[in-house]
Amino acid sequence: MVNLEIDRVSVRFALKGATVEAVNDVSLLVRPGECVALVGESGCGKTVLASALLGFLPGNAETSGSARLGDVDLLAATDHELATTVRGRRIGLVPQSPASHLTPVRTARSQLEEAARVLGGDARQAAERAGLLPEHLDRYPHELSGGMAQRVANALALVGNPPLLIADEPTTGLDRDLVDGLLGEFRRLVDDGHSVLLITHDLAAAHKVADRIAVMYAGRIVEVGPAHEVLDGAKHPYSRGLANALPERDFLPVPGQPPLLTDLPAGCAFAPRCAQATAICEDRPVLTDDPHAVACHRPC
Amino acid sequence: MLTGLGITAGYDAPVITDVSLTVRPGQTVGLAGPSGSGKSTLARVLALLHKPFAGTVEIDGETVTGFRFQARQRTRIGVLFQQPRLSVDPRFTLRQAIAEPGGDRVGELADLVMLTDDLLGRRPHEVSDGQLQRACLARALALKPRYLICDEMTTMLDASTTAALVGVIQAYQRESGAGVLAISHDTTLLTRWADETVRLSAPLPR
Ligand SMILES: Nc1ncnc2c1ncn2[C@@H]1O[C@H](COP(=O)(O)OP(=O)(O)OP(=O)(O)O)[C@@H](O)[C@H]1O
Ligand code: SF4
Ligand SMILES: [Mg+2]
Repeated sequence: MVNLEIDRVSVRFALKGATVEAVNDVSLLVRPGECVALVGESGCGKTVLASALLGFLPGNAETSGSARLGDVDLLAATDHELATTVRGRRIGLVPQSPASHLTPVRTARSQLEEAARVLGGDARQAAERAGLLPEHLDRYPHELSGGMAQRVANALALVGNPPLLIADEPTTGLDRDLVDGLLGEFRRLVDDGHSVLLITHDLAAAHKVADRIAVMYAGRIVEVGPAHEVLDGAKHPYSRGLANALPERDFLPVPGQPPLLTDLPAGCAFAPRCAQATAICEDRPVLTDDPHAVACHRPC
Repeated sequence: MLTGLGITAGYDAPVITDVSLTVRPGQTVGLAGPSGSGKSTLARVLALLHKPFAGTVEIDGETVTGFRFQARQRTRIGVLFQQPRLSVDPRFTLRQAIAEPGGDRVGELADLVMLTDDLLGRRPHEVSDGQLQRACLARALALKPRYLICDEMTTMLDASTTAALVGVIQAYQRESGAGVLAISHDTTLLTRWADETVRLSAPLPR
């Protein structure tokens, strides 16, 4: 089992007349035996970061930095290398919107069994770990409910028993019992020395299973630290606003518009929405180098 | 009133049997229940997208006679699904998707859901799921529906965007008196959002 070392990764997309700065200078370490949750507003770059690690970015994307998993740099590896040695084997991916990733003309069983054959795994066991009943497996993707399609995607990511799991919104459409079952499965993996990078909007799930939480805003990590400290004692004004937006707390959105990634300010990207902003915020704050790190000139 | 009376519906076999439910104008009804209990099936019946085996749907006192492409009253009901990717034509820009039902309020609707000009010019694969869901909400409001059915609308969304879009829907309800059916697994959210919540029970194993 090896570290995933994401080091100063940036991803840009070229559009007609504009550049989207989707991921900006992100560094993050995920150790064996650790679950790190990545949270943040819709569109802040979480999925783009995950896609970059697996070589799934579209043609108009440009990346910089490195992401080392043991002896491979995921950003420099060829598609052939990723396809034959990384995807499914060293990294299992649960994609966001699983229904659009399943092959429509084949049953869940045939897709899972093929993956098991190629990766040398056990289809029946993976289905069970993902909370699927045998009768669900005989359905075609259009016959699956949203929550069932999600569980099929989860089983596909688990079947090769990869040391690193990157799960992008794996609890979508699952009821509480199924969420708890899946989180238990993640926890067992982590306790066995696997690593999990969990991308989620479900802050309660992140709280329950993650060792550390990283908060992303406008493509940057603005805060990272032990899960309960980040959720209950956020230092960054944005993280605090996000946690307070939960229905069990204030249920009020972070005021203002999400930032335009084609036209980011030179200083702190949160400044236009931040009640604490002052002149110093025109300089970009850097992420501190401590166990509960924050990138803010005037942390809460 | 939007009413489903004694609805039995499903695909090969029924997934819901004899379910009744009413949404009054201005009211928000939550619908909860375990995975696979038929919440989305009931939503599709009430949205006139799926013909039930038995039972009737009434909209403001009028009994619905045709479903799917035969549904005359379709435009009185707006729908939002869990997976926005499956409900937007990938060739459309977000601007075209919002304009699709007809109407010339694209700018106003986009402001309402906080989509910037830059995002309106992009196609679905160039935006995040949350951004796409905002566009779907704008599209659903384009024809000023009397009832809005939100099927796990917020599972793809972060806490702040969830609070923002629920706020948009509540403002629309205050202005138009529309009724809302909100389906979610998140009971904390429904407690906060809905006036009352109905639970479907687990499906019988088969
Ligand atoms: N192919 C592309 N071309 C241009 N821009 C893109 C492309 N794909 C994504 N983007 C933009 O990159 C940014 C990050 O998108 P991403 O999908 O990573 O968000 P996310 O954090 O995963 O959001 P969500 O929580 O809604 O899933 C968004 O502003 C999106 O519009
Ligand atoms: S750096 Fe300034 S603007 Fe940015 S979050 Fe901190 S206080 Fe607010
Ligand atoms: Mg995403």
